[in-house]
Amino acid sequence: MSVLNSREAILVGAILVLLGIVASRFPGFVTPTNLVAVFTDTAPLIILALGQMVVILTRSIDLSVAANLALTGMVCALINVSFPGVPIGVLVLLALALGATMGAINGFLVWKLAIPPIVVTLGTMTIFRGIIFLLTDGSWVNSHQMSAAFKAFPRETVLGLPVLGWIAVIVTLILGLVMGRTTLGRAFFAVGGNPHAAVYTGINVGRTQFLAFVISGMLAGLTGYLWVARYAVAYVDIAGGFELDVVAACVIGGVAIAGGVATVSGAVLGALFLGIIKNALPVIDVSPFWQLAISGAAIIIAVAFNARTGRSKGRVILKSAEHTQ
Amino acid sequence: MSLADPQPQATRHIPDRLTTPAAKMFKSWESLLLLVAVGIFILNSFASPYFLNAWNLSDATFNFTEKAMIAFAMALLIIAGEIDLSVASVIALASTMMGLVMQAGFGTPVIVITGLLTGLACGAFNGVLVTRLGLPSIVVTIGTMSLFRGISYIVLGDGAFRGYPADFAWFGQGYVFWVITVEMVIFVLLAIVYGVLLHKTNFGRAVYAIGNNATAATFSGIRVERVKMILFLLTGLMAGLAAVCLTSRLGSTRPSIATGMELEVVTMVVLGGVSILGGSGSIPGVVIAAFVMGLVTFGLGLLNVPGIVMSIVVGALLIGVIALPRIYHNLRAR
Repeated sequence: MSVLNSREAILVGAILVLLGIVASRFPGFVTPTNLVAVFTDTAPLIILALGQMVVILTRSIDLSVAANLALTGMVCALINVSFPGVPIGVLVLLALALGATMGAINGFLVWKLAIPPIVVTLGTMTIFRGIIFLLTDGSWVNSHQMSAAFKAFPRETVLGLPVLGWIAVIVTLILGLVMGRTTLGRAFFAVGGNPHAAVYTGINVGRTQFLAFVISGMLAGLTGYLWVARYAVAYVDIAGGFELDVVAACVIGGVAIAGGVATVSGAVLGALFLGIIKNALPVIDVSPFWQLAISGAAIIIAVAFNARTGRSKGRVILKSAEHTQ
Repeated sequence: MSLADPQPQATRHIPDRLTTPAAKMFKSWESLLLLVAVGIFILNSFASPYFLNAWNLSDATFNFTEKAMIAFAMALLIIAGEIDLSVASVIALASTMMGLVMQAGFGTPVIVITGLLTGLACGAFNGVLVTRLGLPSIVVTIGTMSLFRGISYIVLGDGAFRGYPADFAWFGQGYVFWVITVEMVIFVLLAIVYGVLLHKTNFGRAVYAIGNNATAATFSGIRVERVKMILFLLTGLMAGLAAVCLTSRLGSTRPSIATGMELEVVTMVVLGGVSILGGSGSIPGVVIAAFVMGLVTFGLGLLNVPGIVMSIVVGALLIGVIALPRIYHNLRAR
């Protein structure tokens, strides 16, 4: 537990140092208004990272989240264009349901057919994106076609924080409860920690992984509506490659890619770390073209760091055998 | 690759010899795949009058030759239980380095060597992180996937390198004789080299052993880390070679070159019957899978199906070829 605590403490420290460095060159970056803006901008990444955390915890991976997001967002936008009268609440429920369905498809293939998650989600990732094209013929849904209420929802400010930011906060709290206070949360940890032992404690491993994919899909769907409404545009390639940022946020947040180790606060901090870098680069006059390389380097450093701190100090009988575990 | 852990309920059968039942299954897989390839070929020739034309078919080989070069090395890597998702980004970086060398005024030999060496260096970087630091290859290569392409973006921004020397075009646009392209010849040679390497040498046997049980392989005297390191180097080198061919064929370098190609390479390998969990697979399977994917994309292209719809087919193919035998198996078990 102390290791976990210290890892998050280090991450908080890294975020503060990062903010300090940026603030020394551009004090305006750390004003409350701007920090709220940065947080809101990072909200989609936080929501998706939390869903991905649950999936990775159960020894799986969901590479289809960005495609799920794009498809759900496009469907919401199309419904809004055709039926502007549909209330936002209904659309949000629909986004959750549609996202959960796509997650369920992934989960079903992993559970019932035992296809490795990486293969399933690589496949569904291209299929979901392709379906967007089939729906739209590659055309865009633009801002002027969307209703005002549709676009306004994520931007509406409540107590100084836009709804988008609040949703990230709420999702964090709900997942904190699920992971820490429910049997389902325990089951996620048990399945990731030792699937064989989990079977003997009466946990259905496949079903637990299925539920993890449903959660991840549901959150991706929710983010899909929020994303399209916030940026007021929907097309085939929105959030292209975003799944890598999501996995990166998890890895930086100390989620073990081998499963079994994850914390809600870690995933949120990992997302914030990436989000702050992304928002700080243009401010400190670094070309946005650096961003990809920096997030790549961040992943590698984070995973190397995790491996260092996470390695148990067991008796090494055969040095090379240890690495192959 | 711990992500791809099998379901714990499913008992995994590890044969003590690789010949009997397993080999029979691979054989049936490859013959099934061959049947699919022939079927698509016939369908294509009915679907479009332009299909059965030597020059069109020759053009069609470009759909898979570059990807297949990487797929051969990737197959070995996946059989050994690792994966490299950074190959498309290695192409971008290698192509960018070739562009830099070209701008500095060097000729074709230096450009080609630069591309190959960049690929090798990227493979070494991945390999060191995986074997020396003991990191999971899927995360390492997701990281280097961003890092390598990121370096291309830093160098090129939204620009491009153009103006490669005329003799450089030989690799991607040249013909050895009649309709046989240079890339096709490279593809065939590599298929033979990798087929012999995997199926006829001690090294290939070690690759299978590592994929089935790395700990047991260590105890039986196989230098697991060294074999894996070599496989990462090979994969990097092949990505470098693919970068030479692709850059030569396109005649220019942009940082977005070969985006998403890693998925098609992995699809090709898995379609070829290589288990994503490691431990089994064959080079002939990958060769046939390369033809299947090339024929599918070419046939759909002749029917004016847009690229993104083709990617649905590729994605469905990836899931379908793995799901169908399992559904069949489940139904029979009932």
